Amino acid sequence: MNKLQLNGAEILIECLLEQGVDTIFGFPGGRVIPIYDALYKYKDKINHYLTSHEQGASHAADGYARSTGKVGVCLATSGPGATNLVTGIATAYMDSSPMVAITGNVPVPMLGKDSFQEVDITGITMPITKHNFIVKDVNELAETVRQAFHIARSDRPGPVLIDIPSDIQTASCNFSAKTPLAAVRESTRITPQKLNEAAELIHAAKRPLIYTGGGVIASEASAELCEFAAILGAPVCVSAMGIGGFPSSNEMHVGMIGMHGTAVANTLATECDFLIAIGARFSDRVVNNANGFASGAKVLHIDIDAAEIDKNICTAYSIVGDVKKVLSLLNPLLKKQDCTEWKNRVSELKAKYPNVQREASGALEGQYVIQRLSALAADKAIFVTDVGQHQMWACLNLQIEEPRKFITSGGLGTMGFGLGAAVGAAVANPGVPVINIAGDGCFRMNSIELATAVEYDLPVIEVVINNHVLGMVRQWQKLFFGKRYSATSLHGKVTDFVKLSEAYGAVAFNVTTPEEVDDAILKALALKKPCVINCEIGQDESVFPMVPLGKGVGQFILKEAE
Amino acid sequence: MRHILSIVVINNAGVLGRVVGLFSRRGYNIDSLSVGTSEDQRYARITVSVQGDDQVVAQIQKQVAKLVDVQDVFELKPECAIFRELCLVKVEATAAARPDIFNVASVFRANIIDVSTKTITMELNGDLDKTNAFIELMKPYGILEIVRTGLAAIARGAEKAKI
Ligand SMILES: Cc1ncc(C[n+]2csc(CCOP(=O)(O)OP(=O)(O)O)c2C)c(N)n1
Ligand SMILES: [Mg+2]
Repeated sequence: MNKLQLNGAEILIECLLEQGVDTIFGFPGGRVIPIYDALYKYKDKINHYLTSHEQGASHAADGYARSTGKVGVCLATSGPGATNLVTGIATAYMDSSPMVAITGNVPVPMLGKDSFQEVDITGITMPITKHNFIVKDVNELAETVRQAFHIARSDRPGPVLIDIPSDIQTASCNFSAKTPLAAVRESTRITPQKLNEAAELIHAAKRPLIYTGGGVIASEASAELCEFAAILGAPVCVSAMGIGGFPSSNEMHVGMIGMHGTAVANTLATECDFLIAIGARFSDRVVNNANGFASGAKVLHIDIDAAEIDKNICTAYSIVGDVKKVLSLLNPLLKKQDCTEWKNRVSELKAKYPNVQREASGALEGQYVIQRLSALAADKAIFVTDVGQHQMWACLNLQIEEPRKFITSGGLGTMGFGLGAAVGAAVANPGVPVINIAGDGCFRMNSIELATAVEYDLPVIEVVINNHVLGMVRQWQKLFFGKRYSATSLHGKVTDFVKLSEAYGAVAFNVTTPEEVDDAILKALALKKPCVINCEIGQDESVFPMVPLGKGVGQFILKEAE
Repeated sequence: MRHILSIVVINNAGVLGRVVGLFSRRGYNIDSLSVGTSEDQRYARITVSVQGDDQVVAQIQKQVAKLVDVQDVFELKPECAIFRELCLVKVEATAAARPDIFNVASVFRANIIDVSTKTITMELNGDLDKTNAFIELMKPYGILEIVRTGLAAIARGAEKAKI
């Protein structure tokens, strides 16, 4: 091995290269100047994308990770730079997205003295990272970076933070490269006995329902899942995180389950006698009320994280392990099931609750825009969403055929996630259009990242579903708070989104009627440049179905009571 | 129900914060906690006494096990383990009360570690029941201060933690 004498900043970059990183998102400051200096030196090997805000960098790293499965990397200076990453790290943590966040800090002797721009970022991020490190000896830096990447991508992926005081960045030591460890996926607890027991239960089921989450995507188990579903002849519902893990066009696909789940999925959940949860965590947005969730069913839970078993729902049966591994071992043990009656029930429900195609004339509706996006771009684009009504409409109306083509902040529900994540996904997938479906509230939060999309000429299409309200909150006020619309109107904010976008250097246009929608989408796709489509819709469109808080999933409402 | 968990952690800076932080943010109540280096310098043993039903305790163990610095976590059941705690008790001690206090202390094998004109300070080594009983008996004299280390626990017999 050839040994080099390098400074900490260079060692950091060498380790990033060793891990296969060629892209990072960040924002400089006083305590990371040595790292930026090293980036300058290594600029032929590693691309740094300068965002407008560190939050944007964190979401971009997340979008990069979710759209590729690779570890996303973001970089920020100490103090406010580091705290600006926090929302993005928490977002990645809740959705198990592999990320390494790197922060600078004051020199080691100045730590703990409330020095200028000092924050205890490892303390702050302890609850929102898989693990974090502060490096106080340059000799430990390389191993720390290697460990951070290994942790971020192994087992259930997640964010890891490395805090590097500036004197560690400038201190030198010997460095020799190492080949990175392959990611490990826990599979020691997948025993033949567990698999046989599962097979027996599956064979005994009359009305099986498969419920899948982000774990299927993280473990790249879509093919095994499709095979599993085909053997069982069972319907498959997904959480928001599970979208794309099972093709929307598959006849057994019944859509999202939960608070805004489809009527078909939620009805099947109450009627099934056996629920097989795969790479999913029974979030409260799925379960709503544990007593009213699949109460007639035995539950088999397959997940890589042992701590998810019996956390939100008590299950009698579970297999802990990588879901791809579990399914590939389980599938050969299964006999093709004949659930004709149950399949008929699925068809009957699908006929009873069709996904209504919205009108191409009359007033412009948010769901119509999303249905057209799906029809015109789903075969080529990656979709990202922000958080609110538009997000739920996207979950309910986009046809997503492949994993990593749909990116949404599921667990944290972070408004302002979408544009940054879209920038990251666009950087990671050159030539692929990335469409962020945003609300007007969300767009206003982080529209600054348009500047980033413009600087790097990324084909990001921001579709603002503009109802001039914080629609999702307003919907709750309408349904459950006596229409007292406290602080949810945005009508007083008269920002012209088209002008704003143009000021950033993006192409932008307004769409006010359904007739204009297709042209706008096709035009934006053809541009292959940052583009904003501001869609003016009414303020009263709600998201249905909806299961009111505390009700069982079967007690969904389909429209407002008059 | 009280459960005693033994946690083997890598002796990294901040590891106690990680464990304790996990307990507090997930809403698990810690009754007592003790920490110290183990037979191997690189590892520390944390003994935690927590309240919760079996399901909660199982969940705690699984969450704790996910921490990168945690090597092992297991429950020590009373029938297979020994629990000890050091308790320092300072009581008011008038001349008249002194003989009685000495008597109780000797029954409990508590050591007198400090005597002043108005006080006696004792150290008691025992499990939870013994310590609580001793404190009850000292109350009538007027307890001025109690300092407890929290339980330390070890398995009986040849059983030992994975390090
Ligand atoms: C950072 C953040 N702040 C507040 C919320 C609460 N919240 C959830 S949805 C929503 C409204 C979003 O408004 P908009 O972007 O206009 O989307 P719409 O619901 O109108 O489609 C709000 C305020 C949140 N999820 N994230
Ligand atoms: Mg809105």
